[in-house]
Amino acid sequence: MHELSLCEGVVQLIEDQALAQQFSKVNTVWLEIGALAGVETEAMRFSFDAVSSGTVADGATLNIIDIPAQARCPVCDKAVQVSARFDACPDCGHYPLEIIAGEELRIKELEVQ
Amino acid sequence: MCTTCGCGHGETRIEGDEHDHHGHAHHHDHHEHHHHEAHEHSHGHGVIAAAHAPGMSKSRILSIEQDILGKNNEYAAANRRWFASHGTLTLNLVSSPGSGKTTLLTNTLSQLKDELPMAVIEGDQQTVLDAERIRATGIKAIQINTGKGCHLDAHMVGHAMESLQPEEQSVLFIENVGNLVCPAAFDLGEAHKVVILSVTEGEDKPLKYPDMFHAADLMILNKIDLLPHLNFDVDACIGYARRVNPRIKILQLSATSGEGMENWFAWIRATRELAVIGTGPNEKE
Repeated sequence: MHELSLCEGVVQLIEDQALAQQFSKVNTVWLEIGALAGVETEAMRFSFDAVSSGTVADGATLNIIDIPAQARCPVCDKAVQVSARFDACPDCGHYPLEIIAGEELRIKELEVQ
Repeated sequence: MCTTCGCGHGETRIEGDEHDHHGHAHHHDHHEHHHHEAHEHSHGHGVIAAAHAPGMSKSRILSIEQDILGKNNEYAAANRRWFASHGTLTLNLVSSPGSGKTTLLTNTLSQLKDELPMAVIEGDQQTVLDAERIRATGIKAIQINTGKGCHLDAHMVGHAMESLQPEEQSVLFIENVGNLVCPAAFDLGEAHKVVILSVTEGEDKPLKYPDMFHAADLMILNKIDLLPHLNFDVDACIGYARRVNPRIKILQLSATSGEGMENWFAWIRATRELAVIGTGPNEKE
């Protein structure tokens, strides 16, 4: 359930931005969440509604952009899709692979007014 | 909410810090706030523009591109600077509940207290029982109760340090909340995460909780005195851990019987040697 703390982090970042960028309401929040970031997107949605209540992000729509996990095989030297951190290369069977995408946990954009 | 550092502590309680947040002096530099300027850009772009509700002419899109854990990472970096300048070796101990973390820690403190300066930050959802167990060994300890929180974060650790005030060149053990999931994501500023797995758990835990085993530098396989009574496959467990993290060091021991503890102490001594190099009273700039 660290999704609750992550959402507190999201709301805190938004409130900092509200001061710096002079907005009073957030309509939409876009988050990028990687497949290996250890986050349940449903828990994230639930937590966001709970912690944004009474803030500038109250009532905002949360859009989660899922980023698939990708890794580079050091033997084949090419990027492959993986589903777990310890997956082997689907072509040559080598592991470990170097994770190159899928660990994202970012606020991408806000639509504000 | 703290007006100095902006922290909304919620249910977190730090022992001895009855947290009149509005009055206390923050002497750590971890409360600097770095505001990354966001770039504003026009509406005309792709998918996101299409999502705009009609009639909301004043709305605008801000490109933020910030890590959600960025704030925690800033606090962790400040903690790390503090640890480095004081020659503190900080170890973040993580495990499931019931792995024998607190027994490992109390036995370690009892054995090493005449040799090394040490201090402990104890994380649990409720009670100060563990900090009391630690203090019974004569070592300074402070309890952080996270309430419903499932992990410690770098900000809590920064506040705990204000009260704990460990000696120069100490080994600081942070006993995280028993949980193999959430503490993996939260850097506390430690030098190493140490993951403790006991042989009464499943040998496939490194595969089930890969993020934690990936983040750890040392794995301790605890309670090995019980192996004769169990069907725990040690080789398979070590293979799984190395599959998730080829760099991980693995020690097998029993905190209760003492078997293998000498290797753990040797690792602590060697790692602390590295932490204190360059921080002695005659070596500081």
